[in-house]
Amino acid sequence: MIEAIQEWFRHLYETTGFNFTVFYDPYDWDRYVAGLRTTLLLAVATILASLVIGAVGALLQSGPSRLLRGLVNGFVVVFRNTPPLVQIFFFYFGLGTLLPDLRTADGLRVPILTNVQWAIVSLSLFAGAFNVEIFRSGIEAVPKTTIEAAEALGYTRLKAYRHIVLPLALRVCLPALNNNLINLLKTTTLAYAIAVPETLYAVKQIWSESQNVLEMMLVLLATYAVLVGVLVWIMHRWERALRIPGYGR
Amino acid sequence: MSAADPQRPGTLPVLLPFALSRTPAPARLRPVHGWLLCGLAALALPAWAQGGAAALSPLEVVIRWVPLLLTGFAFNVAISLVAMAIGTLAGLGLGLAMLAESRWVSGLAWCVTQVFRNVPWLVLLFFVMFLVPFQITVLGVRVPLPDWLKATFGFSLPVMANVAEIVRGAVRSVPNTQWEAAESLAFTRRQTLWRIILPQCVKRMLPPWMNVYSLIAMATVQASIVGVTEMLTLTAQVHAAEGGRPELFAPLYGFALLCFFLYCYPIDRLTARLERRFETR
Repeated sequence: MIEAIQEWFRHLYETTGFNFTVFYDPYDWDRYVAGLRTTLLLAVATILASLVIGAVGALLQSGPSRLLRGLVNGFVVVFRNTPPLVQIFFFYFGLGTLLPDLRTADGLRVPILTNVQWAIVSLSLFAGAFNVEIFRSGIEAVPKTTIEAAEALGYTRLKAYRHIVLPLALRVCLPALNNNLINLLKTTTLAYAIAVPETLYAVKQIWSESQNVLEMMLVLLATYAVLVGVLVWIMHRWERALRIPGYGR
Repeated sequence: MSAADPQRPGTLPVLLPFALSRTPAPARLRPVHGWLLCGLAALALPAWAQGGAAALSPLEVVIRWVPLLLTGFAFNVAISLVAMAIGTLAGLGLGLAMLAESRWVSGLAWCVTQVFRNVPWLVLLFFVMFLVPFQITVLGVRVPLPDWLKATFGFSLPVMANVAEIVRGAVRSVPNTQWEAAESLAFTRRQTLWRIILPQCVKRMLPPWMNVYSLIAMATVQASIVGVTEMLTLTAQVHAAEGGRPELFAPLYGFALLCFFLYCYPIDRLTARLERRFETR
């Protein structure tokens, strides 16, 4: 089966000149798959971390402490209004060089966080800032009476938030959250700038060695179309699973 | 210790005296915050200047290169404005094509919009940079296409798709009765669209359109990845020119962050205000 596919793409190259090296050259294929794996790692890690940041930030933003509210507001405002690429550079080059190095057993100096980890940190913070706003809008849509009912039943603020407010708010803000998470998946390409070997980076390497820019561009477009499509499908499944009976259509 | 003591753990909230819960103030920066930040920066930055007498302190380095860096920033703004202009015109056309009565035209326009919306902007930029030739020949005249022009074109593609979606959404949000009323007054479809529907849409489209502009202004720094000389490229060059000291990275990139923040934050506030004003209509 695999041989047949490889043979077909080799035949395609010989007859038409369309050189899809990824599909018949095992070396290029391995690089492409490794890139895809890194993109998936980045996407999953940043999505989960940004959801946590969003939920915690929204809790603090509606909390009693003025200082914490101010800090969260400042975080949201700054991260929403600056370019994610400059944020990544600021974190990786700026903060990364200020932090002390670790030493391995052989005496080699290694940075505390690698470029992949810095990419995850800065992208999570970037998307988390948007998620705080999204969750806040969802929380505002939860009726006051629901929270009062929870208080009357003896819930503490934290427990009411976790068991009552957040689940309701999540359902309200899912469409906006969908958009932001898809955006986040697309923003993971920026990690290319600090040499994280994700899909764009791997594909760029392949096309500069095999001289097949157009073909690899098409593979790249198809890859992201499929990735975004899969995420949209998952989020729609989730939206349907979380649907409150009697709400909406 | 009374039962309603708020300090005591385990007190039921319902037993506490009734109090109006304060609504948290919306996130907003005031001039005071700017002065506070400037004061902090002025205090903190000289503290890093431990590189000996010959090396300038990070603050001095930034101040010395501000004119060059701001030229780069102005170039970023110029790219974003041109890309926005091209993208808006093309997006208007694409959005109207999505609303066309012919199913083929609307289907094709829908596909184009979805593709350009769902592909990462950086990938689109690579696409344009690598696949558009560096010069084209029109009627025997060779027209050179410099890097920055191609990058501008690359940025206008996602703008086009996003604007198309905004136009479609806005037209869809106009009540059907408007169309019917126009039809009963013998307007043709084209007249209805241009004279009745679109004027009502402008107000609805303005806030999301400004949002897209803010996004594209922040995305222009990606041009540095494909080799266009703009603010981030200049920042890296300034860093190299100052001897590549690692402690310079944070202030230099911090300055870039500050520039974009000062440009985009007012747009963000204005967008939010317009949104609120049009909502309560």
